[in-house]
Amino acid sequence: MVHAFLIHTLRSPNVEDRSLCRVLYSCVFGAEKSPGDPRPHGAERDRILRKEQILAVARQVQSMCQLQQQASGRPLTDLQLQSSDEPVSLHDAPHGAFRLAPGDPFQVSRTVVWLGVFSLGFALVLDAHENLLLAESTLRLLARLLIDHLRLLAPGTSLLLRADRIEGILTRFLPHGQLLFLNDQFVQGLEKEFIAAWPR
Amino acid sequence: MFTAAAENLLQQAREIQDEELGRFCTGVSKLLQEAPGPATVDALQRLFLIVSATKYPRRLEKSCVDLLQTTLCQPSCPEQLQVLCAAILREMSPSDSLTLSCEHAQNTQQLSLVASVLLAQLLPLSLKRAHSCLPGKPPQALLKAKSGLKVWAAQVTFLGTRDRGIGAAVPFPDVSRANAMLLGVLGTGGGSARERTWVTGKGDRRQEVRSVGQRICTVLESRQLDGSSPRPLLPIVSKVVGLAPDTLQSDHTDLLSKRLVDWLRYASVQQGPPHSGGFFSTPRARQPGPITEVDGAVASDFFTVLSTGQHFTEDQWLNVQAFSLLRAWLLHSGPVDPGSPGTDDKSELEGSTLSVLSAASTASRLLPPRERLREVAFEYCQRLLEQSNRRALRKGDSDLQKACVVEAVLVVDVLCRQEPSFLYRALSCLKALHAQLGTDEGSERALLALAQFFLNHGEAAVVGADAVYQRLFTRLPAEHFHSPVLAFDMVRFCVDNLGLFPSPLLGLLKSSFPNLFKLLAWHSAPLTSEFVALLPGLVDASLAVEMLHALLDLPCLTAALDLQLRNSATPSDRPLWDTSLRTPSCLEAFRNPQFQGLFQHLLRTKASGSVERLTPLHQLLQPMTSCARVVQCAQAVPTLLHAFFAAVTQFADGALTNQLALLILERSDSVYQVAGFEARVHRVLSGQLLALCQHKPALVVELARELLGVGGSVSSIRSHGSVLTCVVWAVGEYLSVACDRRCTVEQINKFFEALEALLFEVTQSRPSADLPRCPPQVITGLMTTLTKLASRSQDLIPRVSLFLSKMRTLTQNPAPGFAHQEEGTEAIRTRATELLTLLKMPSVAQFVFTPSADVCHPRYHRDTNTALPLALRTVSRLVEKEAGQPG
Repeated sequence: MVHAFLIHTLRSPNVEDRSLCRVLYSCVFGAEKSPGDPRPHGAERDRILRKEQILAVARQVQSMCQLQQQASGRPLTDLQLQSSDEPVSLHDAPHGAFRLAPGDPFQVSRTVVWLGVFSLGFALVLDAHENLLLAESTLRLLARLLIDHLRLLAPGTSLLLRADRIEGILTRFLPHGQLLFLNDQFVQGLEKEFIAAWPR
Repeated sequence: MFTAAAENLLQQAREIQDEELGRFCTGVSKLLQEAPGPATVDALQRLFLIVSATKYPRRLEKSCVDLLQTTLCQPSCPEQLQVLCAAILREMSPSDSLTLSCEHAQNTQQLSLVASVLLAQLLPLSLKRAHSCLPGKPPQALLKAKSGLKVWAAQVTFLGTRDRGIGAAVPFPDVSRANAMLLGVLGTGGGSARERTWVTGKGDRRQEVRSVGQRICTVLESRQLDGSSPRPLLPIVSKVVGLAPDTLQSDHTDLLSKRLVDWLRYASVQQGPPHSGGFFSTPRARQPGPITEVDGAVASDFFTVLSTGQHFTEDQWLNVQAFSLLRAWLLHSGPVDPGSPGTDDKSELEGSTLSVLSAASTASRLLPPRERLREVAFEYCQRLLEQSNRRALRKGDSDLQKACVVEAVLVVDVLCRQEPSFLYRALSCLKALHAQLGTDEGSERALLALAQFFLNHGEAAVVGADAVYQRLFTRLPAEHFHSPVLAFDMVRFCVDNLGLFPSPLLGLLKSSFPNLFKLLAWHSAPLTSEFVALLPGLVDASLAVEMLHALLDLPCLTAALDLQLRNSATPSDRPLWDTSLRTPSCLEAFRNPQFQGLFQHLLRTKASGSVERLTPLHQLLQPMTSCARVVQCAQAVPTLLHAFFAAVTQFADGALTNQLALLILERSDSVYQVAGFEARVHRVLSGQLLALCQHKPALVVELARELLGVGGSVSSIRSHGSVLTCVVWAVGEYLSVACDRRCTVEQINKFFEALEALLFEVTQSRPSADLPRCPPQVITGLMTTLTKLASRSQDLIPRVSLFLSKMRTLTQNPAPGFAHQEEGTEAIRTRATELLTLLKMPSVAQFVFTPSADVCHPRYHRDTNTALPLALRTVSRLVEKEAGQPG
């Protein structure tokens, strides 16, 4: 199962602080309770904890991605260079996986699979023994769908006010965090279904 | 794309004040009461952003929250609004103003959204719920406690299930143990951190999860919510069993197992009808044909996730869902419940339509649901493996084939663990699979799953396993080291199974360390922490020396791997290396037969048992040190060295300790010159050298010649850096009869002379360009060591006293070559004064500089009559007296 899905920035537009990392969208499937806090404000603290966990993952993905880009001698290119009509090849995009140790930031050990597309990072936080090959292709599929249907790469578009589309895609392609074995025709079927529900 | 405009929007959403938010909510409420339109969608999108953009809780008006919940459950509400309402409610969670319940949902799609909100909750535990959670009567002690404690009690009763893993449904946990623990925690007001986590564990939310799970099962069972497909509900099931394994009752479990059998094995083999109602649809022209395989052939057997067609029927969709959650479900329903097999048999007869239709054909159909599901799961996996040999027409399908192979092996592994009778059939088909596996990266991933299978069934599956392991450890890292996820997967496999490897395999793993290091050298950032965990399992006495060399040469290995890729690349390949860096001379060297041997040694796949000095390569590969990957790797090495030594010192005997110390002395002046690398390595190595000396003090006597070689040469200041300081210090500390009876006066004198000459050279000589400035630590170290040696061979005391007073004068009127920072000069002067004073009383000096082994005992410091405190008092009195006298 997938514990969480998130989209975040890899490079902030803020010139003073390029390392700033913003989570643009996150979805946690099911909750993880913070340990040992029976105090009345436990619920609020839990929410803060959950948000901070996600931010911690985003930051790690950001630095992993930067290190990988550095290592392969490819600076994080800015997005405007890319024409929005050209399909992006996600197979060349930086990607990777790393493990989060138990307690840091989640209670149990989890694996993160990530993908960097220009200035956006996409990441799945997985339970420990998930099928990584499937997770990787699901993440690519999600990124591709989000880019296509939210026109993420077109200049001036933002995903911030389009949560409904993201939710619509996730409920179909990653329902409740379940990785699905979808062959090409199933993907097309689901995509058609989504387009029918969300005309452009 | 994230622009400054988006950043502004985000800031606005974060900074919105309560008052403004209140007004906004009123607006949203108004819109929600009207007919849905674009304005409603827009408002909800904004509300979602406001709620989700901050980690601090947002208080929305209760009426607004209520309306969101009502809208979510309205039958005619468009999906766009529904998902937004659900997302807002989920983002607000945990929230106590939620009145949502699964009962409110009108169709399965809504039920799914409602469940997603509920599963995200962490509602504060209400007492009513707490009691309903309690199995049976709570223990008396708890009843007496205050109501707040009852809440804890309820949570405690769940601790029995916490660490038994998935599937161990324990309806009646060990209450007395829980009770004892609860009392313990309450009594001490604390308890260990682990216990506290345990006690306040998942208790409160299980009820929430349980009610969702049961509702889903009821819907699946009774087919309530007519007309809507159970498709959205299946993923909830796997989420629920993942969050709280014991929530489903056994009749629900059986029911689901039966349903899964139907969907997995008996999905339609005809394509679904095309969507009707379209303007251009011509129903006659498109007769649904049979489903096909990924290569376009007509399907030869039952439907699987690798079967395709133009359109799919509902049960084909469910087939996909069922296989996707199969492994989690099998693990959940795994352990055989010694409950009542009789009821299973009976309920089988009244199973779903499809089961009844196909009831009598084979004996296996009469199995209880769980066993039947296993049988069907096995057949499904067999079919997937067979389908994976077909040549997929589409790239997506080809990727899916590879993921399916991995999953099939993992499922078969679970099946064989639960029911060993599958093992025989599994072995034959997995062996065949190994022979057919392709050599591309995706196909090779299945090797890890295969290896895991053989590892889990080691005793039964000896034959065939070796070939898998060999390929896994020998070829995989060497050929696919550049794939980030494969590298991670491979290392994760090694770390997770470290304790499971049987001894011959562990030997193979260990001897493959040069190959595994390739993964580390290429992906140092994500893999360093994994290797810190792996190193203790990899290293043993026979490999330690070779491994330490390999770790020190790791950045060099990165450079060599880069060259290897460059050398073997065909023009069509996507370059995996830094194309901005051009290193023709390095590539030439890589191809030069003269250096073939060295490169081959560096890129070996197995431990060779021998050590090659790679110094020529360090020079040849110098241009590669500007490569970012090499720099990153060099930054990881100190951490890895620490992990290595921490592991080695656990088992190192005298001989190995000597070897390692020797290696530190040898290698300190021969590392790859990446910026800052040498200094960082020196820092680690010097600390480790001291640790080795402490571990085995006799080392200093045994390695006297080598230590003299380093300590007696002025060039060591540059080449050995901080290692030299530690060598000097170690000589002073451990070159004594107290540490090793073999220590002779001649030896002490020899060291004294060598170090004296060194000190003389670094302090007196004229400044010269080729002599690095000597750090004050080395000078004070040398002075102290000379004094220590003199205290042990007292003929030397006049010599060292003379030297020390010269040093003191020197710091007052520094010679040109003796220009140190003010602080350094001051430290040297103070040290010289102290040492001189101590030497005035040789017996005290010896006592302070070479204390007996008793110094470690507390008594030595507590008892005023024992020696050291007494001696120290005497000395400090002397020092004070000295300091008080002018001149």
